[in-house]
Amino acid sequence: MSTARLRDLRVFPGFGLLSVGCVVFLYAPIVVLALYSFNDGRSVTRWAGFSLRWYQTVFANQNIQTAALNSVVIAIIAATVATVFALGAAIATVNRKKGGGEGAHVVLTFPLMVPEIVTAVASLVFFVAVGISLGFATILIAHIVFCIPFAYLPIKARLESMDETLPSAAADLYASPARAFLRITLPLLVPGLVSGWLLAFIISLDDFIITALVAGPGATTLPLHIYGMLRLGMTPEVNAISTLMLAASTVLVLLSGLLGQVGRKH
Amino acid sequence: MQRAIIEPNPTSPADSKAASAAMSGSLPMQHPNSVAAEVRSLCKTYNAGTPRAHEALKDVNLSIRANEFFTLLGPSGCGKTTLLRILGGFEMLTSGVCRIFGEDVSRLPPEARPVNTVFQQYALFPHMTVRRNIAFGLEMLGKPKAEVERTVDRMLDLVHMREYADRRPDTMSGGQRQRVALARALAPQPKLLLLDEPLSALDLKLRQKMRLELKSLQRETGITFVFVTHDQEEALAMSDRVAVISNGRLQQVGTPEDIYEQPQSRFVADFIGESNLVEARVARCIGGEAALDVEGFGQVHAPVAQRVEVGQKVWLSIRPERLVLGAGHSDGQATASIADRTYLGNAVEYHLRAGEHALTARSPRGGLRGRQDFAPGDAVSLGFEPGSIKVLLS
Repeated sequence: MSTARLRDLRVFPGFGLLSVGCVVFLYAPIVVLALYSFNDGRSVTRWAGFSLRWYQTVFANQNIQTAALNSVVIAIIAATVATVFALGAAIATVNRKKGGGEGAHVVLTFPLMVPEIVTAVASLVFFVAVGISLGFATILIAHIVFCIPFAYLPIKARLESMDETLPSAAADLYASPARAFLRITLPLLVPGLVSGWLLAFIISLDDFIITALVAGPGATTLPLHIYGMLRLGMTPEVNAISTLMLAASTVLVLLSGLLGQVGRKH
Repeated sequence: MQRAIIEPNPTSPADSKAASAAMSGSLPMQHPNSVAAEVRSLCKTYNAGTPRAHEALKDVNLSIRANEFFTLLGPSGCGKTTLLRILGGFEMLTSGVCRIFGEDVSRLPPEARPVNTVFQQYALFPHMTVRRNIAFGLEMLGKPKAEVERTVDRMLDLVHMREYADRRPDTMSGGQRQRVALARALAPQPKLLLLDEPLSALDLKLRQKMRLELKSLQRETGITFVFVTHDQEEALAMSDRVAVISNGRLQQVGTPEDIYEQPQSRFVADFIGESNLVEARVARCIGGEAALDVEGFGQVHAPVAQRVEVGQKVWLSIRPERLVLGAGHSDGQATASIADRTYLGNAVEYHLRAGEHALTARSPRGGLRGRQDFAPGDAVSLGFEPGSIKVLLS
């Protein structure tokens, strides 16, 4: 019945046009952005020939480099710490389905559905209340926290697809629980860990709202810097940085998807 | 913990042909009558103390002898797998004692028990080659590297999987994985090998082949096998002794001949092979032989082993192949009419109606051995081979 309904929808007049429209609306702005990053002129609306000059300016700009370095360092640390926490959480919730595992799972993934501005304000109020001065450290802590659910989901999915008798088999073959984990469970979880880490990394790298609220005067990340540049006027320089970030994100997402597929084959 | 690991034969290096011989030759012989595993007053209750409490095993007492091929047989959900998991340490018993070669292992985790398991779905480690899978147990026991590799080679030969040593499990067929799982479980030389329905995932041809292989592996290695199955044919074909379990209780323990020929309850008579079960009342009982009244049948005579009272209700069990059909009537014999005839190739099965009772009789290929063939509607007389009627009290 569901296939019949699917066919009905597809023969609906205008379905093809609608699909093409959706794809165009999704990607046209991105294509324009990337295109104008190669514009020779100062305008982001009028084409004046091909040039890499805006990329040169980006790479020569000390502030952009500092912001980019901050972003990458924060993303790497946040993704790594969040993945470790998420691994523990996934093992605890998957193994204890009966003993409150479901509840823990809901608590862990609920932040994904909380409006980001709420989390941002809450984080800011918390840091001020506790008395931590805003800066690099507060950005890092906030990023670690909001990355955990993102890292948790792929790890949990991987763990659930794993044959649960494998740890039993390891124990049967004289492996202590610690060795069974290190030799069997952990190696089998690697695809989940990598894709969780990559997801957390991208989320951290892209984050704006929370970062904007908890960043101190000294610390800035790439998205914050780009926003600051926009206030001074649109230049193809912004396009160039955005295109670079887009490229990095695309590579990571592809990598993550690829690893997920390799994992599923096992 | 002291364990017996196969040493290479000192006189001949373990080449592929000598491997299995070397293995059985160097085994420490266990006393033939010693007890490999025993459980006493074993009870297992899941979710104890909750409304969903479920008694999986009720007061089970069982001794498994060293070097025997022992089978736990019963329908699904009867508790046989729970019993196996308790022996392996994957489930903790609720009360009672579980001993392996005299040592109380009731509270020991799986890694501390001298026992290995062949899992139903094999549970091979997917990220390791066949060789690393088989080596895993030996490595965990801290065996020297050279010894590990030697033992793995011997195991590969034992299960004829040498050429697959460097393959991953997911590139192999069910039968091949089965062999690897066996080799992996045998490599650390367990005192007890547990097999959890290992043949159920294989197709019929392969299953029959693996039956023979398992049986000969058990003889070659001299390791005590505890085999779980719901397939009575498998149990009869492979086992030295069989324990029939139903509803969490041990029904009967004995050799395959014992449980087939001398069932002690209706459940065993019905579950092992096929049986005609007929209700009867004791009319007389003299010197171990009873006369039994069967409604619509008249009286039949059968030996009784237990004490029975006159008037007591009992059940009679007779195997379809031991019911002899004769043409027409003869004096003092029960009669029946043929309701249906089914041709089975090597035999003919007759479905009979005798008064209230529906019976099944099976003749080796109608007409052979002087037996006649019958057609639906024929009236026949029922004869019983001597000793073929079993009197069951429960």
